[in-house]
Amino acid sequence: MPYRLLRFALGKKYPEKRMFRAPQRLKDEYDVVIIGGGGHGLAAAYYLATNHGITDVAVLEKGYLGGGGTGRNTAIVRSNYLTPEGVRFYQRSVELFQDLSRQLNFNLFYSERGHFTLAHSPASLNTMRWRAEVNKHLGTDSLVVDRNFVKRSLPDIDLECGGHQPPIYGALYHPPGAIARHDAVAWAYARGADQRGVEIHQQTEVTGIEVRDGQVDGVHTSRGFVKTQRVLSALAGWTTHATQMVGLRTPLTIHPLQAMVTEPLKPWLNHIVVSATLHLYMSQSSRGELVAGASLDPAELISMRSTLDFAESLSGHLADMFPLVGQVNVLRQWAGLCDMTPDFSPIMGKTPIGGFYIDAGWGTWGFKATPVSGETMAYTLARDEQHPLIKPFALDRFRTLDLVGEKGAAAVGH
Amino acid sequence: MKIISCPINGPRPAQEFHFGGEFRAMPDPDRIDNDAWADYVFHRNGHPGIKQEWWYHLPSGTWFIAERDNRTDEFLRTFLYGEPPQL
Repeated sequence: MPYRLLRFALGKKYPEKRMFRAPQRLKDEYDVVIIGGGGHGLAAAYYLATNHGITDVAVLEKGYLGGGGTGRNTAIVRSNYLTPEGVRFYQRSVELFQDLSRQLNFNLFYSERGHFTLAHSPASLNTMRWRAEVNKHLGTDSLVVDRNFVKRSLPDIDLECGGHQPPIYGALYHPPGAIARHDAVAWAYARGADQRGVEIHQQTEVTGIEVRDGQVDGVHTSRGFVKTQRVLSALAGWTTHATQMVGLRTPLTIHPLQAMVTEPLKPWLNHIVVSATLHLYMSQSSRGELVAGASLDPAELISMRSTLDFAESLSGHLADMFPLVGQVNVLRQWAGLCDMTPDFSPIMGKTPIGGFYIDAGWGTWGFKATPVSGETMAYTLARDEQHPLIKPFALDRFRTLDLVGEKGAAAVGH
Repeated sequence: MKIISCPINGPRPAQEFHFGGEFRAMPDPDRIDNDAWADYVFHRNGHPGIKQEWWYHLPSGTWFIAERDNRTDEFLRTFLYGEPPQL
């Protein structure tokens, strides 16, 4: 194999074919325009083409594919949520993920690790019992384990957290919890959609959305006007830019969430470890880097700046939990934008504006929902009716007071 | 270190402050219908731009209003509730 790699070093031209076409011109009209070339938008394009035969689709991305939330999350996939609506939805996502590498013929490095959510008090252990029972009832593999089980699985953990933090009482353990290579998910969906005729336009910013008599009529882009009757906003942290264009009111507020990776280490951490009390979730990537994320920044901000406060507090908590990382260097840190909803569930589907579909409110749970959100949004666009799995997540729930309080979300402190 | 100016205590480190959400005028619940009330309770102006927000200085227990650009995290001015300028 190494000889094959020489072609890349010595050849003047890149020796492989492009993974997807780069169309030179925007057409005047498309059946569907998807704003946002992240995992969700590209997955929706892919399922529109494969499940519904709709291929006259343009995906418009102002930067590069997967450069937003898709490439900035900590790549965790799980389905051990608290509400039945949430569990059913994410369960479908895990099912799709488990077969996705094969289906898209693309190695997504999907790796089942087992997922621990640590309890630092008897009260949070009680919430976890509740979660485990909901999970089991709906067929998700999930159980409450004691601290000895945690110690046996994670020999390097300090159950007393150095005495600086509340000790670990037990955990919610979710064996199918997995990590995947997040960029690859976006690329694989992009290639699959492209092969079926979908056009992907990078470096194409949407500057306005034309609405006539309560019905979408087209989008203005940095490369001209495109006529369309159906627009999917798959913008996550940038959703409020689009809702401002169409004058739609939503409960979304945008907060940054910061994460970081350390230098690569030999494999020593097999599982995914989450502690809401210490505002910490971490795993070891296939490259050996420790990937760790924190809780939301406390104030609204539509900016992806990083802060020293964050690096200090996350590193401190990491060292409290795993003293052996005390000497490990941080390689880089970054931030992503989280579009938060008041009930920690997404906002999906139809809106009061005809032809304007929304896929938003992805706060801290967006990556793991990539396949299922693509599948259900494609269904919703194709039939102009909510997919059964996302009926509870309609924007209208804030008018009818039918909220889905998802306290199993990563952003919620227990 | 980020510094925020409290109208009572002057410039203080950002760690001493707590964000309290956007400043919004509450409609009279007896005079509006349910939809308008639900809109007030849940919907927010999450758009990018300069906004007036509630902030709290924890050590002194001071609630005040800050005008801040939520794209750059820049505090333009801070003042006490009831003192001009108002929304």
